[in-house]
This record gives sequence, C-alpha cells and structure tokens, in this order.
Amino acid sequence: MSIRTGSRPRPIGGVERFLWLYVRLSAVALLGLVVGHLYIMHVINSTDTLNFAFVARRFTGPFWRVYDALILVFALSHGLVGMRGMLRDYIRRRGWRLAAEAALWAVGAVFLLLGVLVLVVFR
Amino acid sequence: MNIQFRIRRMNPEQAARPYWAEFDVVVDPTDRVLDGLEYIKTRIDDTLALRRSCAHGVCGSDAMMINGRNRLACKTLIKAVAPRVTVEPLRGFRVIKDLLVDMEPFFAKYRSVRPYLINDEPAPPRTERLQTPAERARYDDTAKCILCGACTTACPIYWADGDYLGPAAIVAAHRFIFDSRDRAGDERLAILAQAEGVWRCRTTFSCSEACPREIDVTGAIQDAKRAIVSR
Repeated sequence: MSIRTGSRPRPIGGVERFLWLYVRLSAVALLGLVVGHLYIMHVINSTDTLNFAFVARRFTGPFWRVYDALILVFALSHGLVGMRGMLRDYIRRRGWRLAAEAALWAVGAVFLLLGVLVLVVFR
Repeated sequence: MNIQFRIRRMNPEQAARPYWAEFDVVVDPTDRVLDGLEYIKTRIDDTLALRRSCAHGVCGSDAMMINGRNRLACKTLIKAVAPRVTVEPLRGFRVIKDLLVDMEPFFAKYRSVRPYLINDEPAPPRTERLQTPAERARYDDTAKCILCGACTTACPIYWADGDYLGPAAIVAAHRFIFDSRDRAGDERLAILAQAEGVWRCRTTFSCSEACPREIDVTGAIQDAKRAIVSR
C-alpha cells in the first residue's frame, strides 16, 4: 500500500517500518544459522575436541568464514537495532538520545570491524 | 462489612507531594469500589477528588489503579479486592488532585488519528452506506472502546516515553482503518507508521489485560503493523 504524494507512490512507514521488519527477518536468519552452529559444535562434535586445529581446518576454505560472518553481521545488527529502540524509549532529550545512538553505532562498527578482521586474516 | 481503603492522595494547594490516606468504609461485598469511594466522599471527607459518571461501566470516567491493576471503580466488586483496597490514580498521567489525572495528552493523541468516518463519495440515494455483517465484524472489537485510559496507562512503553501514541489511539485508528465505509485508511496508517506509532509496541500485553471492555488491544496493534508492512 502507498500514499499518493510526490512523484511516485512510496510505501508507508519508511525507515522505522524497515527496521521493525529487519529485526524479525534477522531473527529468523539467526535461528537457522545459530542452531546449525550449535549442532555442529555440540552435537556432531563435542567441546573437548574444539581447539585451534579444529578451527584452522574449518577455515581452510571460505564457506565457514562466510557462515560465521553472517552470524556476526545478523547478530550484531539485530542487537544494535533493538538497543536503538530502547534508547528511544528511555532517553527523552533529543540531543542526548542522538549522542547515545551515535555511540551505539560507533561501538557496533568497531565490533563489526574486529570480527570481520578476524575472519578474513585468520591463518 | 468494614473495609479499609488506602488512597493515594495529593492536594496541589497544600503540598504537591502525594501521601497515603486511610479510611474505614462500611460496604456490602457486592458493592463496587466506587460505592466505597462515594461513602468516603459523602460521609468522611468530601474533599476526595475523583471522576465518575454512569457508574455502570460504559462511560470510562472512573478508571483508576485498584490493588495495583487498572480497572473501572464502578465495575470492581468489593469482594474481589477485599479486605484491603488500595486506590491510586492512573499511572503515567500528571495528577491534578487525588484521583483526578490530566487526560488532555491522551485525548490529543486520540484526535491525532482522525477518529471519525472520512468518505467524500456521495452517499447512496435512498439508503445508508451498506456494509455486510462480515465487514461490520472486522472492526467490531475496536469499536467497543470507551476511552477510559486503562490500556495506555498500563503500557510500560508509555510510562517510559509519553510521546508514544499509545494503545487507545491505535485502537481508535483501527476502528476506522478496517471500516469498509471509510476512505482514509492509508492516511491513518501513515500516522501509525511514524516512529512514535505502532513500532514502539513490544507486545507486552498489559493493555489487553487492563481493558475493561476486553478488547484485544495487542491484536489490534498487530493488525495495524501487518497492514503497514504487507497490504
């Protein structure tokens, strides 16, 4: 559905609608990815066999690096969007809220970078 | 029977700090909390301030917190809350005096969703605008709202952020969005789709639990989210 203003019909809701949907879609993606991860780590293998050699073997090709990168991106963004909502609930003054949000995205970017770095440079 | 009422009072002319006042009230178990409050007002202390009108659960004037839950005073039986009855004003609205709260922000949010039928098409020549029973049923639940404020003042998001539209305004919008005779559904959904609209709802369900008309408020909010996302 759309409202007919401007040069083309636009979906109602914009950014907020997208973020609300994104949290739910990333949750579904995480459900699959994380259950798979847990199954491999705890059911197929067991934690006493998990060591550097185990990880090195998995990371020889790109598949598991990409898999783990997807978990990283979805989990981090899912949590950050959720936190953004909570900041909106409790920080009433606009200046403070925008500052808190900026700090949130900065921390998120740092962790994203660190995580991706590890997955890319691991040898 | 003798029941002790404990009421959260505040007199802005004396001191703005709220305080607890206790009263011994003589009521029957089948009387309502409103009867107890009226007893206090007529026989003990007539300065007790509260709103009441129809006294049988349709006007929504006497919504208040009774033993920690939002209810209508005229619908709450004494025997359901005895032996100690704790009465407080609705939480989250500014207290004017005793149990009187400032409802104006609540009504402003209600008005902001344009809660009236909008249809500029000419009416049919000899009949009203017709509607099937199924079309009527679609918004039947949300048409029951009496604007008592119990839902909005039970919502933890509203307590934290008073700019949230609130369940009652969303229910009012729902009643017209899903009315087949209305033509401004898109416009109202655009209002609901703003940052302080339906997206603030965390499906806590406090609103549905508090509603004295047993409207499925959370379901109505989900309906609105669904309409914005998928229609």
